[in-house]
Amino acid sequence: MGNDAFEITINLIKLVAVFLLIVQAVPILVWVERRGSAFIQNRFGPNRVGPLGLLQLLADAVKFLTKEDFAPDKAIKPLFYAAPVFALIPAALAFAAIPLSVPLEIGGYVFRIQGYEMNVGIVFILGVSGLAAYTILMAGWGSGSKFSLLGALRASAQVISYELALGLSIVGVIMMYGTFNLTEMITAQQGAMKFHAFGYEITSRFLPNWGIFYQPLAAILFFAASFAESNRLPFDLAEGEAEIVAGFHTEYGGFKMLMFFIGEYGHMILGSSLMIVFFFGGYGLPGITVDEVRSWAAGVTDGAAGASVLTTLIHFLSFTVKLVLFLWIFIWVRWTLPRFRYDQLMDLGWRTMLPWALGNTILTALVIYFTSVLI
Amino acid sequence: MNTVAAGMPLGGVIFMTIFIAIFGYILIILARLIGGRRTNNSQVKRDIYECGIPVQEKRETKVSVKFYLTAILFILFDIEIIFMYPWAITFKDFIGSGQGAFVFVSMLVFIAVFIYGLFWEIKSKALEWD
Repeated sequence: MGNDAFEITINLIKLVAVFLLIVQAVPILVWVERRGSAFIQNRFGPNRVGPLGLLQLLADAVKFLTKEDFAPDKAIKPLFYAAPVFALIPAALAFAAIPLSVPLEIGGYVFRIQGYEMNVGIVFILGVSGLAAYTILMAGWGSGSKFSLLGALRASAQVISYELALGLSIVGVIMMYGTFNLTEMITAQQGAMKFHAFGYEITSRFLPNWGIFYQPLAAILFFAASFAESNRLPFDLAEGEAEIVAGFHTEYGGFKMLMFFIGEYGHMILGSSLMIVFFFGGYGLPGITVDEVRSWAAGVTDGAAGASVLTTLIHFLSFTVKLVLFLWIFIWVRWTLPRFRYDQLMDLGWRTMLPWALGNTILTALVIYFTSVLI
Repeated sequence: MNTVAAGMPLGGVIFMTIFIAIFGYILIILARLIGGRRTNNSQVKRDIYECGIPVQEKRETKVSVKFYLTAILFILFDIEIIFMYPWAITFKDFIGSGQGAFVFVSMLVFIAVFIYGLFWEIKSKALEWD
């Protein structure tokens, strides 16, 4: 955690800040989702409460708070109340391991802009985000309703099925970079495209050195699987209204419902962040290395601390812009594609994406072995 | 130079879990205090959701065995995938030290078993949903 009281305090504040970052992003995302869906479907969306309907979020929060707290007789109360609380945890824990910007260096201290630095970042994130299946099952079983139970079973079967494709699609990425550490991965993607193959150095001034150019198939598979992991359309079979009412949160209302929402949006944010880290250069600016930004910042500001703050801010902004773009793609896809049927969903996961991910792994190994590619 | 949060991420993970759990329970208690809670609800309100008819089913709903089968298959394949991770991370090092061919071929054998398992699973209709 740190060496002295100051460090430990800063670390704890940082962890709280990462969690609040997710929580405060949810109302904004809900607003963007509702306005965006209205825009896509040629409607107005929320536009009465405040300018552009922005205060709708506040009104919603008040409404959620004043709802009666209610649990049906048949519910198993401890599970019923624990499920929404534990739905918050997996996404936030995993998101805290993602580096959001370059470390801040002030007065002999180095502050990492991430919850905690992990050498096994990828394994940790996959393991923790997989725990989401438990909260879904807790909600489904604890509600004591057949719709909840069926929805929970569907959702957990879907989540674990797509976890295979998700995990296998990253094997190629790990092979390319040779590390589990997310910061090292981002460092490898800095600057303009440059790699070694057949003993020659190949460079391109116009393309950034991003993972998507080395692992395009893995990027597609990973993105599709992260839709399924966060239970979003076109994979939101857990909430097929026509079949099982609202899935595992049929019996929930008010604030407990909102907490499931925060969990779902947290998984969206996590999936987008991982896409950025693996395939789109993380916090790096396209084609520009961190050192170039740092030397530019040193010219603009005076003092090492000022330059460091400016560099960190620029990279944080870069990460945020990428994150917003990916979140918009999540929302865009939701309001564009129809829902799958359950057997189609399972077929896609097991018979299509898993073999393709396996093929990508073998292909990457072959290419690395025979051309000795080095990034 | 001190590196904040470089070591002991476990402490951070435990703190975060406890913090979020407390945060969530405080929110639930707050919502209960503000939203209130009626005690004399009618039986219909206390029932679980049903589409406009009296509640039909007990908790012991029969569940398709396919879900259990999927979970078991997931465990098998997930372990096989996890075995690939250490191989993937050291692959370049092995090529560098001249043992690339051995490591590559042994992984191909492993992947062949994986593919055979997947093929067998599809052929035995374990993944058919009807």
